[in-house]
Amino acid sequence: MEYFTQQLINGLTLGGIYGLIAIGYTMVYGIIGMINFAHGEIYMIGAFCVIITLVILGPDYGFLPVILIVVLLVSMLFTAVYGWTVERVAYRPLRGSFRLAPLISAIGMSIAMQNYVQIAQGARIKPVQPVIPGGWQLWEANDFAVQLSYVQLFIWVLTLGLMTAFALLIARTALGRSQRACEQDRTMAGLLGINVDRTISLTFIMGASMAAVAGFMHVMAYGVIDFYIGFLAGLKAFTAAVLGGIGSLPGAMLGGLLIGMIEAFWSAYFSVEYKDIAAFGILVLVLIFRPTGLLGSPEIEKV
Amino acid sequence: MQPIDWPGALRESVIAGVVTLALAVPILGMETVDAGGGTLGINQRWWLVGVAVLVVFLGRMAMALTRPARQAYRPEVPLFDQAIDYITPYGKFLAAAGIIFAFVMPFMPFANRYVVDVATLMLIYVMLGWGLNIVVGLAGLLDLGYVAFYAVGSYSYALLAIHFDLSFWVCLPLAGALSAFFGVLLGFPVLRLRGDYLAIVTLGFGEMVRLILINWYDVTKGPDGLSGIPRPSFFGLPFKRRPPEGVESFHQFFDMDYSSMHRIIFLYFLILILALITNFFTVRIRRLPVGRAWEALREDETASRSLGINPTNTKLTAFAIGAMFAGFAGSFFATRQGFVSPESFVFIESAVILAIVVLGGMGSQIGVVIAAFFLIVVPELIRELELYRMLAFGAGMVLIMIWRPRGLISRRSPTVLLGRGNGAEL
Repeated sequence: MEYFTQQLINGLTLGGIYGLIAIGYTMVYGIIGMINFAHGEIYMIGAFCVIITLVILGPDYGFLPVILIVVLLVSMLFTAVYGWTVERVAYRPLRGSFRLAPLISAIGMSIAMQNYVQIAQGARIKPVQPVIPGGWQLWEANDFAVQLSYVQLFIWVLTLGLMTAFALLIARTALGRSQRACEQDRTMAGLLGINVDRTISLTFIMGASMAAVAGFMHVMAYGVIDFYIGFLAGLKAFTAAVLGGIGSLPGAMLGGLLIGMIEAFWSAYFSVEYKDIAAFGILVLVLIFRPTGLLGSPEIEKV
Repeated sequence: MQPIDWPGALRESVIAGVVTLALAVPILGMETVDAGGGTLGINQRWWLVGVAVLVVFLGRMAMALTRPARQAYRPEVPLFDQAIDYITPYGKFLAAAGIIFAFVMPFMPFANRYVVDVATLMLIYVMLGWGLNIVVGLAGLLDLGYVAFYAVGSYSYALLAIHFDLSFWVCLPLAGALSAFFGVLLGFPVLRLRGDYLAIVTLGFGEMVRLILINWYDVTKGPDGLSGIPRPSFFGLPFKRRPPEGVESFHQFFDMDYSSMHRIIFLYFLILILALITNFFTVRIRRLPVGRAWEALREDETASRSLGINPTNTKLTAFAIGAMFAGFAGSFFATRQGFVSPESFVFIESAVILAIVVLGGMGSQIGVVIAAFFLIVVPELIRELELYRMLAFGAGMVLIMIWRPRGLISRRSPTVLLGRGNGAEL
């Protein structure tokens, strides 16, 4: 029971990170129907921005909450510029062209960005000292103590807050309305006076900011990054988005949490080596029985 | 020709420069370096940021200033397409010339070991590209995990050759059959998924195969890989300077001096013939009912289904045949290297093969060759720039896609064409 609770805590933390990256995938897929393969690299760049800002501000942080907010905002800002640029350079010229063209362009962009960071920042892993040390020991039994660190709690609160803000943004604001309109019919939305280009750009900016937050959480929780973290995290997050039903925001979060928990429990009870296989296996199983994911709406075939 | 819009050009260049500044400041300008004791320090490189901003500013300026001229002189049909249309009538002769060149190339004076090796590498990717073309180009199934079948072929060959001591010519069909079987096994549950869902599942399968290869240590030796894979022999004649007692070696049989080039050239011809078989097979099967069913499914699944095509079986054949050719290529890879490890089968390989197919122009056989030349041979030539090679590779993929979104050879004549006058023009 204690062991189980501990894995639940770890899984929820990991799941929150995946969920936030998955939001970027699902939003972009919803609005322009393409797999943004470079999104994992955006997350990686976000994590690098976090580390760089932390090193500049450190090593004595002073009043921690202010520092954390500054780091978060700065890295969100710079990462958002990356997200915007990728869309502008690699995807916008290909919009409305043949289906696979943006996908190949995205794969190319992903390779280019990964190597760009490797050249600019070096291939070695980048460690940082824990910024938020400490935690609570919830209870102890059978020689096993259940720990909840401050970082984990912080990640939960942040994820929950951002998800709520996001849901409100999509449901209530003019921006959210134009996004949903573009998702349904881009041409019609354009005819009705919505600036489609700007809406799509903003979608990429929002997705990139969420990826930066995920990168921030990764640095807080694990403390090491390298230029390669984007690939696997991106793959898992995309899996999460598909699992939850691509195009659906709550689906992305649910998928992220599920993938995080599958990973945590599989490593705890079965084997660490096969945790990724378990995650992909569950995805295949879900897609066989529900081809549009858990919360996705069924595709309507138009003839 | 429109006049040059100076203020507009200046404005967009400044915007591009400012964006570059924001991009470059954190990643280029401040390098995180080890400062000792497990902490990081910052190495400031503002000059690099300045260079990046200047390059982008001037580049954008040049683009904006030449825009009116470029628009005024843009031909109705792009020059590249005009060139292709001009060449197309001679296609048969060119193909024949190309194949003849491929056969005599190893005996040309410039063909040293390096050239033949690079050509062999390119042909592996040409073969993989042609194999994937069946799945993506003809049947329209987006497969992002093609490298899984390549891996299955390689490992099947390696294991069969090491443990059962079978020769290359026995292992080759076995490895192909195993890969095809694997294709059916993977394809069966997932082929009802559409488009991008299929893409992500195949990508997941590709990763699963690689992870199993890494972790199933008893069979695959994990990350260490399998070594000591037997080299191929020329129908029983080994390529060895001193063959074992009682065995005649290739150079002894043909009464030549021993040269290590013999094996290299033999491998080159082996992959050339395998690749040509793949090509011949694809060209012929396109005219068979199953090939036409693939193309029909790609164009409109609902319509083909209502005309009595069984989509699952048809897709499954495409998947299995594509996998089989990957298995052949994998066996060749294993015997050429003499060593296989999971590192050769990472996602980037799938991406490169898919890029070859898409950049070549989906479904175009000659396009695959041209794209393989650009993606495999050109990066190989600039190998000295090790670090910048993959950066240029990725950027090149983006640029070619923007330049020609439908691939290099995008104007292919339809496989089935009704005669003029007795039906609709296609």
